[in-house]
Amino acid sequence: MTAATMIAGTPGSASKSGAGPRTLFDKLWDAHVVVERPSGDALIWIDRHFVHEGSFHAFAQVAGRDGVVVEPGLTFGIADHYVPTRGRDHIANPEIARMIDDLEANTARHGVELFGVNDPRQGIVHVVGPEQGLTLPGLTMVCGDSHTSTHGAFGAYAFGIGASEVAHVLMTQTLWQKKPRRMRITIDGTPAPGVGAKDFILSIIAKIGADGARGYAVEYAGEAVRALSMAGRMTMCNMSIEAGARCGLIAPDETTFRWIAGKPYAPKGAALEAAIAAWRNLPSDTDACFDREIALEAAAIAPIVTWGTSPEDALPIGASVPDPAALNDDGRAAAMRDALAYMGLRPGQKLSEIVVDRVFIGSCTNARIEDLRAAASVLAGRKARVPGLVSPGSSQVKRQAEEEGLDRIFIAAGLEWVESGCSMCVGMNGDSVPSGERCASTTNRNFRGRQGPGARTHLMSPAMVAAAAVTGHLTDVRPMLEGRS
Amino acid sequence: MKPLTGVSGPACPLGLAGVDTDQLIPARFMKRPRSEGYGGFLLHDLRRDDAGIEKPDFPLNRPVWRGAEIMVARRNFGSGSSREAAVYALADHGVRVVLAPTFGDIFASNAVKNGLLPAVLDEADIEDLLAALTATPDLPVSVDLAEQTVAWGNRAVIFAIDPVWREQLLNGWDDIDVTRSFADEIARFRDADGARRPWARPSAKA
Repeated sequence: MTAATMIAGTPGSASKSGAGPRTLFDKLWDAHVVVERPSGDALIWIDRHFVHEGSFHAFAQVAGRDGVVVEPGLTFGIADHYVPTRGRDHIANPEIARMIDDLEANTARHGVELFGVNDPRQGIVHVVGPEQGLTLPGLTMVCGDSHTSTHGAFGAYAFGIGASEVAHVLMTQTLWQKKPRRMRITIDGTPAPGVGAKDFILSIIAKIGADGARGYAVEYAGEAVRALSMAGRMTMCNMSIEAGARCGLIAPDETTFRWIAGKPYAPKGAALEAAIAAWRNLPSDTDACFDREIALEAAAIAPIVTWGTSPEDALPIGASVPDPAALNDDGRAAAMRDALAYMGLRPGQKLSEIVVDRVFIGSCTNARIEDLRAAASVLAGRKARVPGLVSPGSSQVKRQAEEEGLDRIFIAAGLEWVESGCSMCVGMNGDSVPSGERCASTTNRNFRGRQGPGARTHLMSPAMVAAAAVTGHLTDVRPMLEGRS
Repeated sequence: MKPLTGVSGPACPLGLAGVDTDQLIPARFMKRPRSEGYGGFLLHDLRRDDAGIEKPDFPLNRPVWRGAEIMVARRNFGSGSSREAAVYALADHGVRVVLAPTFGDIFASNAVKNGLLPAVLDEADIEDLLAALTATPDLPVSVDLAEQTVAWGNRAVIFAIDPVWREQLLNGWDDIDVTRSFADEIARFRDADGARRPWARPSAKA
């Protein structure tokens, strides 16, 4: 029996989720199924594919076969993971120069458009896609980067894939996927000033665990989510992966449509009107059924920081470092002791007394213009006690920030203002935290060694990082915002 | 892809929870081509001290488990980054099966595409197996993919694996060949979809 006969499904007759009410995710799924296997796995069509420097493994797989990229017009190359944030005119590190050259050569060979290192549109994939209008509601979007979940903020089914899957998309424009279950996380009410999307998502991960959403497509809903800007929505969907989900979603609405209008690659005029009419049908139907529901009250959420080495190790800034002796699970207690030893913290220590060595503002989680404005509003007229790096999410964000004078606020505070890239979030481009140093960071991962071998990372919002920069320790930003916009 | 039917031999009790892909292979080793082999970087920063010397008490460094084709871990193994290099590091080191209660979603699919079995065991069974390996480091462990069983000592337990992934692993099937057998269906979908959702293709720049 051949592989194909073994798994043959019913072409073109995907089992729809029935005539009944459907969730946003059901609608996205149903619109993209090419073939479904009896097992429930489906071959789904991919609308948009981003590749970055790390895709060289996938291009090598393509080259090892017949070398054909079937839909080069749906693929876009963007340099972000390895690009230097300083001295771009001459890249000193030969390994990094080679990675960037490889991306240029691979995209050129296959007719894929590239936003390369010196392109004014360059930036982090998950910032550039939306700002160029490549990210739209109703699309399936993939990239060899787990934070592709970011694009779900527009009501797209967007998820990270590995190198073999990148090769599969390049060669077939499809992927085999098993339909995830659906979870809805509802946040109602109004948050306190100084509390926002990063605090929401860290609260959620602390509540459900770093594998709490594994196997689910998570839809964020409720009054507090609808009130978020697109930047805030992207921050939430970005960290769905840190909750264990492969994708996060927010229903498109007027906020979404206003954001998309006029973006370079987005539909225009009558085509945009037709698209918006279609997108208005995407939100989950009233009475649509979710496999799991979680609810949070926005007013009860305080600014959150992480203390450990997993994003689930997160607590309100007013709390103290937890005590492993208080746990009745030996395995968990051992893991907590390991985390505290790595982080150089002792149980019972107040989080607000943890002294930091440096700060980082950047990454696909929190380096959009709104994020930079939030940090600058805290830093304006103040000095940072520790060194720090501010890397805007894209070259376009950088220009806009400079037009608004935000760069001057960061520089006057004593922080370094550099070019856009993944930078100190993943520590691939040469920017890293020295071993043993503690960094207040707007990034998404506090894993061991994530920001460099031995680096100690505390995750928090841009405003909270700015507050830590000013005081030199983890700090509740709320009193520092009084009298400021 | 190399088919996998089963593995018997020593099993390395990694025992850690939440081993993310940054641990499996730190980012700074990912610039090299796969052809150079990634096995030497597996769990690099946990496995070695700051001077790069192997820590003798780390399970993977113990002679009895150094060449183990089976690894046993606690929950959320392979969470985090989508980097397939994490799987390359395991595969190039010679690991063919990882047993854990839960796996990172992207890691698990990357694993299958490289002939590495991510076998899901109940948390209690994982704890039993870890305890047995602590007591008897050279205890032989057998994994049978066709039967979906793991056996050690006088115990045999069932593990979970997606049935499609099981077929792929058993047969060494390659996704791309399978998908290309649906070329006509894909072409039909593409054409119908282009009419249904004209806005889904990127517009030319204004």
